[in-house]
Amino acid sequence: MDALERVVKPKTKRAKRFLEKREPKLTENTKNAMLIKGGNANLTVTEVLKDIYAVKKPFAVLYKKKNITRPFEDQTSLEFFSKKSDCSLFLFGSHNKKRPNNLIIGRMFDYHVLDMIELGIENFVSLKDVKNNKCPEGTKPMLIFAGDMFDLNEEYRRLKNLLIDFFRGPTVPSIRLAGLEHVLHFTALDGKIYMRSYRVLLKKSGCKIPRIELEDIGPSLDLVMRRTHLASDDLYKLSLKQPKALKPKKKKNISHDVFGTTYGRIHMQKQDLSKLQTRKMKGLRKRRAEKSAQDGGISPKKAKSA
Amino acid sequence: MAAAVRVEELLAAAAAGEREAPPGEPQPPPQPRGVSVEKELELEFDLGNLLALDPNPPPAAGLRGAGPRREAGLRALARDNVQLLVAQLWALPAERAGGAAGPLVARLPEPSCRLPREKPPPRPRPPTRWEQFARLKGIRRRKRSSLVWDEQWRRRWGYRRAGGDPARSWLVEVPAGADPEEDQFAKKRQEKRERVARNEFNRLRNLACAHRAATTIPAPPLHPTGHQSREELGLAARVARVSTASLGRFQPRLPKEPVELPPRGRGGKKRRFQPVLGDLAAERGRQLELLRTMNSKKPALDITRAVNKQLREEDAEAASAKGKKRGQRGKRGRRQQQRPGRGGKKSGARRQQRPAGGSAGGGKRKKA
Repeated sequence: MDALERVVKPKTKRAKRFLEKREPKLTENTKNAMLIKGGNANLTVTEVLKDIYAVKKPFAVLYKKKNITRPFEDQTSLEFFSKKSDCSLFLFGSHNKKRPNNLIIGRMFDYHVLDMIELGIENFVSLKDVKNNKCPEGTKPMLIFAGDMFDLNEEYRRLKNLLIDFFRGPTVPSIRLAGLEHVLHFTALDGKIYMRSYRVLLKKSGCKIPRIELEDIGPSLDLVMRRTHLASDDLYKLSLKQPKALKPKKKKNISHDVFGTTYGRIHMQKQDLSKLQTRKMKGLRKRRAEKSAQDGGISPKKAKSA
Repeated sequence: MAAAVRVEELLAAAAAGEREAPPGEPQPPPQPRGVSVEKELELEFDLGNLLALDPNPPPAAGLRGAGPRREAGLRALARDNVQLLVAQLWALPAERAGGAAGPLVARLPEPSCRLPREKPPPRPRPPTRWEQFARLKGIRRRKRSSLVWDEQWRRRWGYRRAGGDPARSWLVEVPAGADPEEDQFAKKRQEKRERVARNEFNRLRNLACAHRAATTIPAPPLHPTGHQSREELGLAARVARVSTASLGRFQPRLPKEPVELPPRGRGGKKRRFQPVLGDLAAERGRQLELLRTMNSKKPALDITRAVNKQLREEDAEAASAKGKKRGQRGKRGRRQQQRPGRGGKKSGARRQQRPAGGSAGGGKRKKA
């Protein structure tokens, strides 16, 4: 336990729990996101940050004050925030003449910046502008990426990975089928990425699978990719490494066939079948005279059920 | 599942048949439309993440031109994709959570999309001194019960423990061989303080050992492997020479092996002098060299060379510290340093200041 291995041990249980929550673990916590405003953030950017905070609640932290930093030049400020708030995802919004309505989405590995992608907001429809019933806070959204660009281009592929990481929410073992309400749909078209957020209505259809109708709720963003700062391949590979303990242990001597039958394998030592204990039939028993005459040969007894 | 597919087809056919009814007749009541979606390329699903990836290029014609037309096109595309994803999710093994009346819950598989971790996986810590000893002796952990019988079940440690609070012991027997004037209470307090201090010392020692084990570079092996360099073999030979009872003083030497002075233990207070009757020619040469340097106008310490050497050393130190800190970054670390605007102002200013500071420092050095 790392909390107890520090030079100055925590004095209270609460402090110990706090440290244990933040130390590296086998199965990690859900990633938190921090939403930061830059030196001059205009209304659009502020609204975007607020809406994304609403989508990502409770796994997000929205900072109220403006922070005058430039992530692409100096990452120490971001790393400091990440360490203090234990957030590994960040969204930094700023606005200037050269890069209007700028949004930098990124993630951290070990409190150092791993990937950063700068996106420009072309069109934004806020949650407030769409007057509908919204999904409750904390629903796990379904994510859909449409477009061949997400597979072909390396930067788009990383962006897709980053967006999945950002929006996926907690990993759950099972999910209530009626509660699949929220879907985030990303389309890559003509160098732009359209992010739309819909509410799913499950309508009756003739069969078990319901018919889907979508209702547009906010926020919807039209994004353009600007600069990128992607991690080198070896660092990325290092961050993907999972500890061996997480791999499911393979049970030996068990196999399954196509029909779902489970087969087991038992390894036996060599058996002397003449000494096998089987059922005795009184009528088939040899008389003493015949037995001695046969000189201890193998008696042809039938083995019933092995 | 086969039955469900056939039902789908029937319904689709029925719906198609209905739509083809002549327009003049009263329209039949709108039936729920089918759930089948046609796509050119199959979608990739990662149900653990509720994720679907559509590799089809989106219909560019329908989505051009801003406004409601594009929104409708995007929504139609989204609807198709969500329909396929929901079909996959409904195909998962489902059960009713919380009895027969509970909600229908599907068991999700493990997420297959590889996402980077937040922090590196935890490293196993090296065993402590006690753990090593226990493993050597074969001592295994005995689990102690948390309650002990003491006229009733009392806890072993903590509030109202069995055996009473040791801090409030009001009676201490004087042991048989002890001095009757000695303060037994003070003695007990002293012993407790010593135990606590020893425990803390051992804990810090274990921590330091673990820290050192985690940060040291492994020393080159002394036994013969096939891949040792000349320096490593030299080191191995030197260590072998010194590993005798007289620390290598009487070991025979090879014909051309150089005589190595033993390394100074604590900074070497012992001064070593040249033998009195040694090499006369060498002594003469040394004295003449000394006179030459004393007479020459050039300073014995070349300031620019000294300053450059100092700068190089500082740079190497900074680079190695940076490299150690961001050792994993590799290409990206180097790329960062090459970028123009990257803290350029700061390092540039520093570089201009250093030679001036260096030369002033060099001047000071000369005087001292």
